[in-house]
Amino acid sequence: MDFNLTEERQMLADTLGRFLSEQYPVEHRIKVAYEAPYHDPALWDQLVELGALYALAPEDAGGMGGSGFDISVVFEALGKALCPEPVLGALMASRLLAAAGADQEALLTGVTRYAVGITEIDAPYELDQIATVATAKGDGFTLSGRKSTVYGGQVADVVLVAAKHGDGLGVFAVNASDANVTGYGMMDGGGAAEVLLDDTPATLVLSDAEAALQDAVNAGIVALCAEAVGAMEVTHATTVDYFKQRKQFGIPIGKFQVLQHRAVDMLTEIEQARSITIKAAAELGGDDASKYASMAKNMIGRAARLVAEESIQMHGGIAMTWEYAVSHYAKRLIMLDAQLGDTDYHLSQVMKGYAA
Amino acid sequence: MDLSYSKEDLAFRDEVRAFLAEHLPEEIASAVRSGGELTKAMMEEWHAILNTRGWLATIWPKEFGGPGWSPVQKHIFEEECCRAYAPRIVPFGLNMLGPVLIKFGSKDQQAHYLPRILDGTDWWCQGYSEPGAGSDLASLKTKAERDGDEWVINGQKTWTTLGQHADWIFCLCRTDPDAKKQEGISFILVDMATPGIEVRPIKLIEGGHEVNEVFFTDVRVPIGNLVGEENKGWTIAKFLLTHERTGIAGVGFSMQALEEVKVIARSTMRGGKPLIEDPLFAARIAQAEIDLEAMKITNLRMLFKAQEQGAPGPETSLLKIKGTVINQELKDLARRALGPAAAPFPGHVTEGNLMFGPADTEHNAARYFNNRKTSIFGGSNEIQRNIVTKTMLEL
Repeated sequence: MDFNLTEERQMLADTLGRFLSEQYPVEHRIKVAYEAPYHDPALWDQLVELGALYALAPEDAGGMGGSGFDISVVFEALGKALCPEPVLGALMASRLLAAAGADQEALLTGVTRYAVGITEIDAPYELDQIATVATAKGDGFTLSGRKSTVYGGQVADVVLVAAKHGDGLGVFAVNASDANVTGYGMMDGGGAAEVLLDDTPATLVLSDAEAALQDAVNAGIVALCAEAVGAMEVTHATTVDYFKQRKQFGIPIGKFQVLQHRAVDMLTEIEQARSITIKAAAELGGDDASKYASMAKNMIGRAARLVAEESIQMHGGIAMTWEYAVSHYAKRLIMLDAQLGDTDYHLSQVMKGYAA
Repeated sequence: MDLSYSKEDLAFRDEVRAFLAEHLPEEIASAVRSGGELTKAMMEEWHAILNTRGWLATIWPKEFGGPGWSPVQKHIFEEECCRAYAPRIVPFGLNMLGPVLIKFGSKDQQAHYLPRILDGTDWWCQGYSEPGAGSDLASLKTKAERDGDEWVINGQKTWTTLGQHADWIFCLCRTDPDAKKQEGISFILVDMATPGIEVRPIKLIEGGHEVNEVFFTDVRVPIGNLVGEENKGWTIAKFLLTHERTGIAGVGFSMQALEEVKVIARSTMRGGKPLIEDPLFAARIAQAEIDLEAMKITNLRMLFKAQEQGAPGPETSLLKIKGTVINQELKDLARRALGPAAAPFPGHVTEGNLMFGPADTEHNAARYFNNRKTSIFGGSNEIQRNIVTKTMLEL
């Protein structure tokens, strides 16, 4: 048993943390996250140079990491800085390419930017409800359907699309230039796209892809959970710091027990959220990966909402303003619930294990 | 990061498991499983079995008769005991007074009292709380005055757990009425057979007799029964509150409780189907299970930290808060799963061989009510929040 990071991962965490706090101050983040292309292309290049993407892929896929803990180190650092760079799409695409045994040098070097299209409006989380369909045409395929809130889709060169293929699901590569892609910024900053496919040419990457898609989702969940843990820690620390600065009735508001106890309850839930994220990271790739990913995403959903809402409430009016960082952390914490399965969806996944 | 036990720890776990399989009497395990009160004889028998193996004083250093376990080994031991439905070790002598004497006691006190705790000669209870001193413990009023070679003690203690069985009580007494409230307190050992002591039972919410009031009227004990320095008893009280408290999260007990909920919900019918297939109820179980799964890791993280740093940090307060909340939620779910089958008062239905729910659920509602205590005792969850506020939030 060892809860310390390995030396390499600690170094990665320190490097990313330093880079992001120097290059990505919150004022800069607010600016780039809400203006097209909804991230900072120059900083993306530097992030790639620092090896952030290499850490997400295993060695046999050309990377230098790829375990649950590598993923959580990277995303916790991104979460602390509230970084809107489209790393999640790269991570999930990397998992799919690795499952297909495909070369991913172009992804890891940042030459080609990938996004992953799984979500549909009527199938936000459930792989077995996907309606987008692949049809064989000549040597290749065409796809028809609509992929929704494709994170990072506004700047992707290639979208890996999950579509019905034969009796199961396939993963297909679509050149963004071949599809009807509408990019937009999101409530919590960062960008996404609607990807409309209408007999759009596509290349088959992987057939019978259910397990690979589930693995990509599980990896994405570990990433989102770690991102949330990083964002929650900053939000909580900011709130406790504000307790010491802000005076009302002649004393710092942190002297009021009603606020103290709520701050402790937030801390308790953040520690619990960190714990379940560690567990999901440890199980990633194993037989119980989906179960623990669901547990983690459910708990993160609850904890993130508590931290976001309580931090706003306990700050008072200031956290309702655009210029104060907590408002942006709160938006991210709330909105990530709807990525890769929300609190209720994952609770129902855990319940499925009870039948029989 | 590595969440798995080492090879040595796994071997240790197997050793504990094998020991429990061989030596835990079935009669005792089934009494624990049923959730009823254990007899004094059962608790003493189990202590004796553990003592023979050298596994009774799990948190004492080796030179005083402890097994010399790491925090992880202690955790494994507790986890396995829960799994096997072994009784919880009665903590007052072994986990409270023992460590106090080892840290603050004289050589003579150690030599006299420690072996008697181990072999069961002395059953200890704790004299801390008073009617006017609960969460605000330092406002205690029971006073000890010097008269020649003796302390003369007058006052009242309350919530004295298992005091009805006790041979001795360790007390916090006010020895300097003029000092600031924390500074005039001393830690004194009192023989329960001393004239002037009266123990009165307190009947608890579920009808059980677990705690007592203890009255002191001109109780005379030798000067030598003082532990540590005069007027420095608060230091000892704080030591006990913050020192090694493995198992404070009660993870093992909550795992038992979760299993119990599932067993009941699988055999209880609602709308023609097992209750566990009702999505509303299953969702409640699932949420508690997720919280518990996270708590297992939180607990291990704190253990690891304790092992690295030599002492647990203030995070143990977080474990206590969340651990008790999870356990109480599971007790509530079990009671709700039984529904009307939880209604009969334990022991009232003796004729007709009638079963109301699955086996071992007779005391279910009683346990639910009794377990409300866990968020109150040992420093209420509100006091724990105050501790975290000071130590971790630095407010």
